[in-house]
Amino acid sequence: MDLSLKINGEDRHASVTGSESLLTVLREYLALPGSKPACEQGECGSCTVILDGEAVCSCLVMAADAEGSVVTTVEGLSDESSLHPVQEAMLEAGGVQCGFCTPGFVVAAAHLFEENPSPSSDEIREELSGNICRCTGYGAILRGLEALAEENA
Amino acid sequence: MTTDQRVKGGIGESTIRPDGVAKLQGDFAFLNDLFAEGMLHGATLRSPYAKARIVRLDIAPALAMPGVHAVLTHDDVPGDKTFGLVDADQPVLAHEITNYWGEPVAIVAADDPETARRAVAAIDVEFEELEPLIDSEEAVAAGEVFREMDLRSGDQELRGEVVVEGYYETAMQDQAPLGTEAGLAIPDGEGGVDLYAPTQWVHADHEQILPCLGLEPDQLRVHPGGLGGAFGSREDISLQIHACLLALRTGRPVKFHYDRGESFIGHVHRHPSRMWYRHEADAEGNLVRVEAKLILDGGAYASTTGPVLANATYFAVGPYKVPSVAIHGFGTRTNNPPCGAMRGFGAVQSCFGSEAQMDKLAAALEMDPMELRRKNMLVQGDHMPTSGQRFDRPLPTDKVIEELLAMPLPPALDSDDPRHLPGGTGLTTERSSVKRGVGYALGLKNLMFSEGFDDSTEVRMILNPAGAEIHAASVECGQGMINAMQQVGRTVLGLSHVAWVFDDTSLIGSAGSTSASRQTPMTGGAVYAACVGLRDKVLEQWDGDDLSDDGVHKDGELVATLDQVCADGPVEFLATYRHPPTSPPDENFHGDVHVDFGIAGHRAVVDVDEELGLVRVISVDTVQDVGKVLNPTSVVGQMEGGTMQGVGLAVMEEIVLRDGKMLNANFTDYLLPTFLDAPTVDMVLLEEEGGFGPFGAKGIAESPTISSTPAIVAAIRNATGKPLTRVPVRPEDIVGL
Repeated sequence: MDLSLKINGEDRHASVTGSESLLTVLREYLALPGSKPACEQGECGSCTVILDGEAVCSCLVMAADAEGSVVTTVEGLSDESSLHPVQEAMLEAGGVQCGFCTPGFVVAAAHLFEENPSPSSDEIREELSGNICRCTGYGAILRGLEALAEENA
Repeated sequence: MTTDQRVKGGIGESTIRPDGVAKLQGDFAFLNDLFAEGMLHGATLRSPYAKARIVRLDIAPALAMPGVHAVLTHDDVPGDKTFGLVDADQPVLAHEITNYWGEPVAIVAADDPETARRAVAAIDVEFEELEPLIDSEEAVAAGEVFREMDLRSGDQELRGEVVVEGYYETAMQDQAPLGTEAGLAIPDGEGGVDLYAPTQWVHADHEQILPCLGLEPDQLRVHPGGLGGAFGSREDISLQIHACLLALRTGRPVKFHYDRGESFIGHVHRHPSRMWYRHEADAEGNLVRVEAKLILDGGAYASTTGPVLANATYFAVGPYKVPSVAIHGFGTRTNNPPCGAMRGFGAVQSCFGSEAQMDKLAAALEMDPMELRRKNMLVQGDHMPTSGQRFDRPLPTDKVIEELLAMPLPPALDSDDPRHLPGGTGLTTERSSVKRGVGYALGLKNLMFSEGFDDSTEVRMILNPAGAEIHAASVECGQGMINAMQQVGRTVLGLSHVAWVFDDTSLIGSAGSTSASRQTPMTGGAVYAACVGLRDKVLEQWDGDDLSDDGVHKDGELVATLDQVCADGPVEFLATYRHPPTSPPDENFHGDVHVDFGIAGHRAVVDVDEELGLVRVISVDTVQDVGKVLNPTSVVGQMEGGTMQGVGLAVMEEIVLRDGKMLNANFTDYLLPTFLDAPTVDMVLLEEEGGFGPFGAKGIAESPTISSTPAIVAAIRNATGKPLTRVPVRPEDIVGL
């Protein structure tokens, strides 16, 4: 089938069987490798994208179900000249180590701050509890996002 | 020499890591993002049994499939048929017998991953399942051991008045890096191959892969790639040889990318352990004798079981003086999945047993557990009770204890918010049913390789008009090594612009492994030496006394710009760094076997719902000697991240095996700590002078994972009164089912 999506503000098309995951379509067909395959079971959040306003694991979305959707991936959150505020916050705080979980955290955090510009620490922790980081122990990510929340308050 | 502390981005600053922006934007190329024109995709047929005989293996049906370009078995391996990091005992592809669940039997290259997987399924293979050896005690009885260490020190007749005994177990833990194994082999068209490998040590990969391919050394070039974490899991070969074999056979690039399930079986794990301990002390609480039997199950192949067992054995009594020691360690060979390196590397297992014993002994003596530790602690100038070697360098155990006890405790539970309660938003626990516990542990571990290993790191510094470049083959797993090395380079050279360049195995000598807390001292030592050499060379050539971004100075006057300095081309200096030598152990396992040590302590606070067996780890605070902080943010990140892996082993992480097969090789069933499981981690960093690393810096990444686990379990014991002799502590262990 011909899949049509609006991704990061652009109309994109891909020829798919339909049973692939949205993650596969993004990475393999549309040259958007920022979303990461780490568990492909919806447990780790590394492939998080914003799909029609909801943060979802793109590995759990069947391509055919995404027909006509509006998708934001990590590639759509910043450009060469400026970082998204959550990216700035994580960079400054040292919330990046190996970097494999990082795009998923960025997208999930961007979605959280879009909905709630000044979340509490508990809200940050709960909202990002679907994103697993094996390197940082979450401390630096939390400090970065807490600082951003305070800035926005 | 003098160093220029005025340069921006030098040591001691929390400089921003150079790969940070790319990782945040999704632009950083991990190995599974790599692409080459015309590349094929690899897949692996693996044994479904813990032990089996291969009765029939017919690749014809797979080869006949459209889109399949090669199917290889044991017979197709042109060179050595086995490989291994320490002993080459592991078949590249199994021959006649498979020795563990998931052992590779055949490999396929096809146009796309789906075709490759279907081709694997199409291989006509018949196994005859054989009786596996899966019990490590039975393996000891049967003599199936990779290494045995019967270590005795001191007067073996000494006995104490107060005796405690205990039996402890630690589970098999997975490193669970978020990036799974991936790699790309690209044939060079002249019979050779370039490999982008999921590795922590490109030269060790080169050494293991080459004999299997039957190539000349310069025909194989191993390049590091974007890993997505490691924690020990990439010390051993996974897909490297398979990818090269298929690329050389097909003449096309071949990419492998393991999914999470294959990753679980595609790399080694932390050895599960069984430990029997007997501690004896006099009535005043002075340790007199420690006896222990340690069994660490190495699984089907040797990997690093030898050195892991050595660590468990040498550190079996912790950082305490003991006049009489008898430690009998076994690293067993079974049909369980192979075990090898994971953060802490053997010290984790025996620390859990020995620290539990210290608490038990304190209770028997009616002493405060930390007072018992203080009374027996090892410090600089003391001798290690096991190997007998003297602690020549600082060992601030006293300060670790003092600072740990002085750290403020977290406030009492004053919330009914389920996010603050055991069980979390499952709404299982009420505040009234929560009991709080506090526990402590200390951990001692060797830093860098031990037992006489000739360890070296090569670094080439290159000065050009834009600044300096560090060339090395040291692998960045994500921990921030490159950032710290650039800081060392800037400080020593006095230049603002210091870039990092990865060299492959053909361009530079070995950097050694990114493991064993060794890259900060080793690559750091080599960067330091190469920068000193480069700076001295340039200053001597221009008769200068200072180097800075604009050039060479003498008496405050510029005598040559960097353009002039590099007029005849870049200026280079190559340094090979070796740490002070160690010795192989003698027949009693005595000697100066370790070059340096890490000492740390943890204090854990937990809330427990005893009725449901649920635990929430509130805080895990820590004190550690780090020598010198090169980058505060990176140090904190290593301490917090390492501590969290200790939290995982304490209360949730376990590869569950039945008959040698993994039952939970996925992230749904293998539990990892999430944001809501994360305790606060406050820390005191001790900077003891006298270390030999660059500016006195030590490798720091393993200590956080060693004493965190026993501290948490001590806290749960404190809350519940239960003995809790096994990690991870499961709900049924607390409830008593």
